[in-house]
Amino acid sequence: MISLSHYLVLGAILFSLSVVGIFLNRKNLVIILMAIELLLLAVNMNFVAFSYYLDDLAGQVFVFFILTVAAAEAAIGLAILIVLFRNRRSINVQDMDQLRG
Amino acid sequence: MMLLSVLFYLFATVLVVSAAMVVTIRNPVKAALFLVLSFFSAACIWMTLEAEFLAIVLVLVYVGAVMVLFLFVVMMLDIDIERMRDGFTRYLPVGAVVAVVMVVEFALVMMSDRFDSHSLPRPGGHGPDYSNTRELGLVLYTDYVFAFEVAGLILLVAIVAAIVLTMRRRPDTRYQSPSEQVKVSKSERLRIVSMPAEKRPEINK
Repeated sequence: MISLSHYLVLGAILFSLSVVGIFLNRKNLVIILMAIELLLLAVNMNFVAFSYYLDDLAGQVFVFFILTVAAAEAAIGLAILIVLFRNRRSINVQDMDQLRG
Repeated sequence: MMLLSVLFYLFATVLVVSAAMVVTIRNPVKAALFLVLSFFSAACIWMTLEAEFLAIVLVLVYVGAVMVLFLFVVMMLDIDIERMRDGFTRYLPVGAVVAVVMVVEFALVMMSDRFDSHSLPRPGGHGPDYSNTRELGLVLYTDYVFAFEVAGLILLVAIVAAIVLTMRRRPDTRYQSPSEQVKVSKSERLRIVSMPAEKRPEINK
């Protein structure tokens, strides 16, 4: 019998994996953006699970808005990435030290 | 119910394994493809939660649009992968410890009897004529209509921002300006030089 805690633990595993992904790929901006998408997916999993088990559609509406904001964030993030690569010839996070005094 | 358990564990395994591949694989293109697989498995899991509309939206919008955008960008950039991997193995033990601690903490909270199948039993599910899309639309355009409009505004701002950020005018590129071509007058193109007449040279005398 699949209970709510199954879905919650699945979301927790997904969340931890993506946090570790940000740890491990500290330098690769593309992978960091992908890990952020995974983080949002893990949170959405919790929302959908609670929405089903509590029989309340508000959770699904919230997931809808999170998806919207995540799509906007991905578009702007990738645009910044392209401009960065055009100017610096690299997307290494450690190369971004122009503001260092 | 047995089928549901099998499906859940199948999709959850695929989801977790592909998410692990996303954060550990070397090649960013392969990472993006594994991210597609994990989104797809998540959509399958949402199907088991009767969130059909969101599952389809996840596949259409995420796999169809956002991940294609990711793949475009990853393939356009010439990324030096080897330099990116510096410190990967150095931070792997710390990262693994943090992940295990986080999962154990989450599990301690979420495996409590507050969320198990006795205190919160699985709903029986809706009938065959229940439409998740219709129910979602009924609340989305009434109770949440303001948030819906704001979401549209956010997307508009994102479109404008992405275009403004990536548009560039290169000074050394040559391009036509039709309005200036039409507005041109004779004095800008034609220069009349007055020259003194010369005597015809005598040829073949």
